[in-house]
Amino acid sequence: MITVYVENQPYPVEPGDRNLLAVCLSLGFDLPYFCWHPALHSVGACRQCAVKLFKDESDTQGRLIMACMTPVKDGMRISIADPEAAAFRAGVVEWLMVNHPHDCPVCDEGGECHLQDMTVMTGHVRRRYRFTKRTHRNQDLGPFINHEMNRCIQCYRCLRFYRDYAGGRDFDVMGWHDDVYFGRHADGALENEFSGNLVEVCPTGVFTDKTMKPHPVRKWNLQTAPSICVHCGLGCNTLAGERYGKLRRILSRYNPNVNGYFLCDRGRFGYEFVNSPRRLRQPCLRGADGDRPAVGPAAAVARVAGIIRGGKAIGIGSPRGSLEGNFALRELVGPDRFFHGVPDRELELVRLALALARQGTAPLASLQEAAACDAVFVLGEDVTNTAPMLALALRQAVRHKPAELATRQRIHAWDSLAIRDAGQQAQGPCFIATADQTRLDDIATATYRAAPDDLARLGFAVAHALDPSSPDVPNLPPDLAAWAQRAADGLKAGQRPLVVAGTGGASAALLPAAANIAWALIKAGRPAQLCLTVPECNSLGSALLDGGGLESALAALRQGDVDTVVVLENDLYRRLPAAAAAELLAARHVIVLDHLATATTAAAEVVLPAATFAESSGTLVNNEGRAQRFFQVFVPEDGIRASWRWLADLIVAAGRAPAAPWRNLDELLSALSAAMPVFKDLRAVAPPADFRMDGQKIPRQPPRYSGRTAMTVHRDIHEPQPPDDADTPLAFSMEGQPGHPPPALIQRYWAPGWNSAQALNKFQQEVGGPLQGDAPGRRLLAAAAGAAPPYFADVPPAFAARAGEWLFLPAHHIYGAEELSSVSAGVAQRAPRPTVTVNDGEAERLGWAEGREVQVSVGDTVQRLPVKRSAQLPAGVAALPAGLSGQPWLPLPAWGKISTPSIPPVGGASATLRSMPSLRSTSSPASAPSAHSANQAPVPPGRRPGLQAGSSPSVREVPA
Amino acid sequence: MFSILQSLWGVFQHTWRRRVTVQYPDRKRTLPPRWRGRIILSRDPDGAERCVACQLCAVACPVGCIALEAAEDEHGRRYPEFFRINFSRCIFCGYCEEACPTCAIQLTPDNEMGEYHRAGLVYEKNDLLIAGQGKHHGYNFYRVAGLQIGGKDKGAAENERPPSDVRSLMP
Ligand code: SF4
Ligand code: SF4
Ligand code: SF4
Ligand code: SF4
Ligand code: FES
Repeated sequence: MITVYVENQPYPVEPGDRNLLAVCLSLGFDLPYFCWHPALHSVGACRQCAVKLFKDESDTQGRLIMACMTPVKDGMRISIADPEAAAFRAGVVEWLMVNHPHDCPVCDEGGECHLQDMTVMTGHVRRRYRFTKRTHRNQDLGPFINHEMNRCIQCYRCLRFYRDYAGGRDFDVMGWHDDVYFGRHADGALENEFSGNLVEVCPTGVFTDKTMKPHPVRKWNLQTAPSICVHCGLGCNTLAGERYGKLRRILSRYNPNVNGYFLCDRGRFGYEFVNSPRRLRQPCLRGADGDRPAVGPAAAVARVAGIIRGGKAIGIGSPRGSLEGNFALRELVGPDRFFHGVPDRELELVRLALALARQGTAPLASLQEAAACDAVFVLGEDVTNTAPMLALALRQAVRHKPAELATRQRIHAWDSLAIRDAGQQAQGPCFIATADQTRLDDIATATYRAAPDDLARLGFAVAHALDPSSPDVPNLPPDLAAWAQRAADGLKAGQRPLVVAGTGGASAALLPAAANIAWALIKAGRPAQLCLTVPECNSLGSALLDGGGLESALAALRQGDVDTVVVLENDLYRRLPAAAAAELLAARHVIVLDHLATATTAAAEVVLPAATFAESSGTLVNNEGRAQRFFQVFVPEDGIRASWRWLADLIVAAGRAPAAPWRNLDELLSALSAAMPVFKDLRAVAPPADFRMDGQKIPRQPPRYSGRTAMTVHRDIHEPQPPDDADTPLAFSMEGQPGHPPPALIQRYWAPGWNSAQALNKFQQEVGGPLQGDAPGRRLLAAAAGAAPPYFADVPPAFAARAGEWLFLPAHHIYGAEELSSVSAGVAQRAPRPTVTVNDGEAERLGWAEGREVQVSVGDTVQRLPVKRSAQLPAGVAALPAGLSGQPWLPLPAWGKISTPSIPPVGGASATLRSMPSLRSTSSPASAPSAHSANQAPVPPGRRPGLQAGSSPSVREVPA
Repeated sequence: MFSILQSLWGVFQHTWRRRVTVQYPDRKRTLPPRWRGRIILSRDPDGAERCVACQLCAVACPVGCIALEAAEDEHGRRYPEFFRINFSRCIFCGYCEEACPTCAIQLTPDNEMGEYHRAGLVYEKNDLLIAGQGKHHGYNFYRVAGLQIGGKDKGAAENERPPSDVRSLMP
């Protein structure tokens, strides 16, 4: 411990490379700052953090220093309250306010504005400047971010986040003197997938959440609860806020082990589906005449119970439903009649990932562990689109190299500008082997483009280069062997190498290849980690329950022992070919529990409205096997209930149990942990419902929640009692103990004087470090440490292009590929148009211009899509959008044909945008309109699939 | 005994004193304009709604009897989509008026708000909005704020320079 004297009082401080500002904040002092950010570190741009530094005890004069640019030293004597320092800080705020608009009442940042907080903290209250203010025109930055440039205080945080941290290129600073402008070169949506973080990074209201702008709500008026993002398998932690029965916004919730300070745009702006007009709000029963009037819950439960009592029901679970919902369904239908709501192939891939995690020697990396790695190999996964925050983590992983170079020159680890200058263009090793170009290619040391089987072969070759005892790849071309050797050397040079793969590559050979690399690295003495992405928010958790996939369900149905299908939070038309989905839904009775009206609910006899993540509490297991709890944000006014509550009622009503098997979440969790040993820690994921702070519950509403006696009085003059919450220690009320709850229960960041999200500093043990209290969540999986690597030996044969056929691969897209977020208006606006991507050379040879409409036949499905040309996709391979709404489900990867239609297009490209059940499909590919003779895709002679060195990163601008 | 007589005498003397009680409601007193009675929402000098739905009055209200939802018109002007005051809870403390940055919400001298049913004391925006500016004349928030709204371009507010041209190199 070293000692720092603040106002002549000694304070013990952990030794280490830290700046004085971070130390002062960690000690609990209120020291204003703008440009410093715990994840972006110091640049000394705003001059707001001035303190007095004294030479020794006898020094009474001292000198002003910038705390954020001063390394902390033993015996240092500083003063924050020194009048000169305080006056300096007040002066800085006064200068900043000279041009600041009179906007607070109409500024969405108001009430949680760091600039407001700092202005109040410095004591600047009266405007003395009586001249004119400079103004700026705003830009339209797309559906997510609102721009109000007048409010800028030139702290450069946005730029440092967007360009340096997130790797964006379409945003910069322009102008000079007091006219600097932060924006794009022209109007247009911000391209970076993490642009939403500007809302939280910018200390002012320049960037605000545009999805909330039609009906802005102040922070003090939001009922908030800790939640988990449901839009991909990473399980980022979020804070969800509600007002007047509508979910209003998502903010990131700091979790030092998972998402840290940030979120991706799909996670931040995908919430709007909760308020969608497509939401199911009341139970519906199909009458004899086919229409489905809404009924009360009792009638619905009675009807379903009557159906299920027959005893021939199967259950189809959901990878986006909570563990609780899936388990409750399994209890209702019986474990041997429970099926997972995903195709067998996907289930096998996720189970393979599980097996790799449990039987292999490499542990699964959390997001923060991935960011801490210093050598990366990405095998077959387009992480920016399938697991966005992992891409952000990998961008940080390659930044350890410049930091290391800078440390050698004795530059402080937090001196971010100096590090960037010292590191020049240095980047850590990052090898990316994927089918097509990815948004991470700009940080790649080298990229390799090939069909999935060839990628897997490359992976096996890298593992073999690392450890000759791992299986060799026969017939490896020499240039590829050299590439593999280079990647192996790069990984071995790292202190903490990371291998990334996942289920998005849709090839079963990629995961074993990636595992072999990680295991070979461990054998070579490197603490390698494996990061495996999974498709959905609870893919891994639901796969821990046993049971087959959808094809097995179909087989059971065909055997005839099934007359009822209960579908949990699942649209089967997004998982199966339309014919197969229709066959499953043609069972005598179909009961569907879901959030939104889908083609599946349209086929159901009974529809039960299921609560989303915002209306129920439950547990999700992310891609690294971390079980995390999400908490109900608000009580919906209509018939919506958590799936497991519907199912618990059904269990009783159908006579499966004499009394409700579980009356609340804790009882359900106990049953679940007793049922399967892997879930034994489930109750420790978050404090139980009877947890109290000072004998009180934790309020979801802030102490200043307004309008309590007016919100509902237009319906009934008597104000209702706040609803009870039997499942969690949180209350739907402003009453309770609002202090610092355990991290799993933090519902908002606030501290006296700190209304903005930066109040988070007060919840951490030390700024940027762990939260005070037990870390939230529990990891359910552990690697088999010390075991001999169980190398996979099934090296696939090299990809062979077929004449006249293409291998169609899934192309994932961050916006639109995920079911729930794609219903949200903002995300839908950014969703790509469906296209078929083909190799540039092939397209050239076949005379297909970009945008040319072609006919794509995969199996029985024929659709018309415009061509998109890619310079990097290998020949013989084409890519089709995965999961885009309105597109038919295809069992990708699959072989199929592309032909040029001889009939004129009906209604242009939009003709492809039909909803799935009404999809055109021909009974056999042979009956498709005749193909042109040019319909072949052989590999051009003498050309290997794209092998190229990574493009050198472009010069990055440095703030003044 | 003596004190009783003294009191009776005192009461008797009041017979010739000047009356302070007025015959309400036949006669009504003029209350000072700062009297804290029925709350109204005023309009700015251009006749547009003053309230910008900032929610400050709602948070200032100690009994929480103001509920509103903000919305925005197609030109960026903020307004309350609904604005509700539950006068059966209001304690007429005037904090809302004090908190309002646009002089929109004002307390008036009117205090005749008796109702047979409490529900009649729930006032919606239509019941609250008056035609004029109320006590504060001449103030128009949007003429001071930097926000661009219909009819007011960027840089056209008081004490503002026209929008700067970031591509210019002129000092
Ligand atoms: S940025 Fe902050 S200080 Fe500026 S107008 Fe918005 S709320 Fe007010
Ligand atoms: S726009 Fe950028 S420079 Fe301006 S205040 Fe926000 S973060 Fe700082
Ligand atoms: S990376 Fe995935 S879990 Fe994280 S915010 Fe984005 S969609 Fe949500
Ligand atoms: S404080 Fe004034 S401007 Fe703000 S919501 Fe209330 S009445 Fe409207
Ligand atoms: S925070 Fe220290 S100069 Fe900006």
